[in-house]
Amino acid sequence: MIRLVGILIGLGFTFVVLLAFVTGAYTWATEDVAETPEHAFHEAAHSPDGGFAFDGPFGTWNVSQLQRGYQVYKEVCAACHSLNYVAFRNLAQLGYSEEQVKAEAATWQVPGINPDTGETTMRAAEPTDYFPSPFANDVAAAAANGGKIPPDLSLITKARHDGSNYVYSLISGYEPVPAELTEEFPEFEVPVGGYYNPYFESLVIGMAPPISVDGQVTYADGTEATIQQMSADVAAFLTWTAEPTLIKRKQTGWPVLGFLLFATILAWFAKKQIWSDAKPKRRKD
Amino acid sequence: MSFPWAKEYTPQNGLMKFLDEKLPLPRLVYNAVGAGYPVPRNLSYFWNFGVLAGFFLVLQIVTGVVLAMHYAANTQVAFASVEHIMRDINWGWLMRYAHANGASFFFVVIYIHIFRGLFYASYKPPREMIWLIGVVIFLLMMATAFMGYVLPWGQMSFWGAQVITGLFSAIPLVGEPLQVWILGGFAPDNAALNRFFSLHFLLPFVIAGCVILHIWALHIPGSSNPSGVEVKSESDTLPFHPYYTAKDGFGLGVALLVFMTFVFFLPNQLGHPDNYIEANPLSTPAHIVPEWYFYPFYAILRAFTYDFILPAKLWGVLAMFSAILVWFFLPWLDKGPVRSGHYRPLFRKFFWFGLIPVMAVLFFCGGAPAEEPYVMISQIATAYYFLHFLVILPIISSIERPDPLPFSITEAVLGSDKKAVLGENAEPVAT
Repeated sequence: MIRLVGILIGLGFTFVVLLAFVTGAYTWATEDVAETPEHAFHEAAHSPDGGFAFDGPFGTWNVSQLQRGYQVYKEVCAACHSLNYVAFRNLAQLGYSEEQVKAEAATWQVPGINPDTGETTMRAAEPTDYFPSPFANDVAAAAANGGKIPPDLSLITKARHDGSNYVYSLISGYEPVPAELTEEFPEFEVPVGGYYNPYFESLVIGMAPPISVDGQVTYADGTEATIQQMSADVAAFLTWTAEPTLIKRKQTGWPVLGFLLFATILAWFAKKQIWSDAKPKRRKD
Repeated sequence: MSFPWAKEYTPQNGLMKFLDEKLPLPRLVYNAVGAGYPVPRNLSYFWNFGVLAGFFLVLQIVTGVVLAMHYAANTQVAFASVEHIMRDINWGWLMRYAHANGASFFFVVIYIHIFRGLFYASYKPPREMIWLIGVVIFLLMMATAFMGYVLPWGQMSFWGAQVITGLFSAIPLVGEPLQVWILGGFAPDNAALNRFFSLHFLLPFVIAGCVILHIWALHIPGSSNPSGVEVKSESDTLPFHPYYTAKDGFGLGVALLVFMTFVFFLPNQLGHPDNYIEANPLSTPAHIVPEWYFYPFYAILRAFTYDFILPAKLWGVLAMFSAILVWFFLPWLDKGPVRSGHYRPLFRKFFWFGLIPVMAVLFFCGGAPAEEPYVMISQIATAYYFLHFLVILPIISSIERPDPLPFSITEAVLGSDKKAVLGENAEPVAT
């Protein structure tokens, strides 16, 4: 009885799903799916020449690159993008001394309260403060940026597929609309306030090219500030902000795996020893 | 219960004697996973996965309790509190990555455990109850994992909660009030997050209780084995300790090596980048997908795209739940006299060339965008899934001619059973 009911239910579901298949297949076969420019011209992110120092299981931070990336963030990105989850004290990880962190924090203004009057005011930041938002609130952020809030950058490299390479590719990847695209899709046009970028999913991004000329930032360490260099540096910095424990994680992983490998080999020999009397050879006859 | 030749626990010193009289906990452990539990001697490494599942349950509870000390279940701060764990708590990143990947590995071992049971037909008498409790555990795990994924309050958390609770709205008449009741509002918000946190903390202990029932039920008939022949005499078994504790110890080492590789080197590989964006009810992600371990059932849900009498969405929901519920009926759908797939030529072909590839396809399609040709592929796979369990299995189990079975487990291992020749073991030991 159960089996009879089961067979009927099974055939029922099969019938309905095959009905859906037939209608879907008919639609698929008879209607052309129009090719879209997003599909044809979107490009996958790529790494900078030589990759990043933190790539791979043995990766490490390139501290001077992180410092340069921080400089790019401060001088360029910070005009529009917040860094909510990073505190100034975290900068010590970039190789700055306690004094330097204090001095660096003091170059930023954060909202505070006047201890005498209780009025809101702006004061110099301290190491315990978090990076301030460039806008007073979300409405102000959207109003100043064509209706879209510039995303917080703390986690951006984890919030995008292949994030570090994505940020690098996106920032250094602005270009004029390719001639083939306008040929193939004559109706495609970049709206006012938009910019063509093949690494952005919809090909049109609202962010103006943040780094447009070589030498836009004058690096403190004298590195030549090409567009590629600045993009790679800020991508590295944002990888650090997304996961400050990235390198500690990888470096902890090796001893853990080493210990486990050793323990597993011991367990293998223990198992072999214990089973030696219980596993006679299969007789061949 | 156990086999008559099971070793009896003898307390070794005064303290143990005292305990054994007042509260025989050591005796319970000895009989459950110690030398007092005789186990078939021919278990393969596929029989490691029950112990591994137990390990990952404990790992999830331990890491989860620590995370709960630092997490705040409030939509205003939940996302930030997870980042606080990642950045400011000592080893918080390790706890969270171990917990997130631990969920994935729990499902990996549970899927292997379930499909081992399917191949060796472990659900057959006398082990139906073990199987039924196992399916209940699987359902509880799915509920727990789903609610856990909502807690970080990222984009996929929010929209996953929206989509999954939205499934209930497909039920006629009571659907929409039911969804509102489940969420405590018209959309996932603070009420939903709070109750999901509460239940996410509670359900693992319910699972642990079910695991105890699962093991209790297991100890009545004893473990199954790859030959599918029941234990007949002492030479068919070995004491669990030290033989299987040693074998499970090695298996656990291998599992941990793979697990730790993910935790330390690929911790976000099994997750979704969108969940590092804070939940935003005003911005829908392009592709809403659940965690990978739900993909097969998500593919079945989305395969129903045609309104046949009932709306397509309701068909999808019915099919998705039926896809798991059908497992409850396996002991009665599969009427074959033989358990092990090794001795069932037809059953084995449908398992390896039907069910396994179809599950692989459903895994793939569940994570693919809801567009052609993935929808068509998942429709074919869904059709086979239901045919396999509800039509093919009942039919082949009645018509199949199984291969000859070995006389006993001892014969399966050694090639001959001396005692059997002497006729000492003609009758199975009464249990």
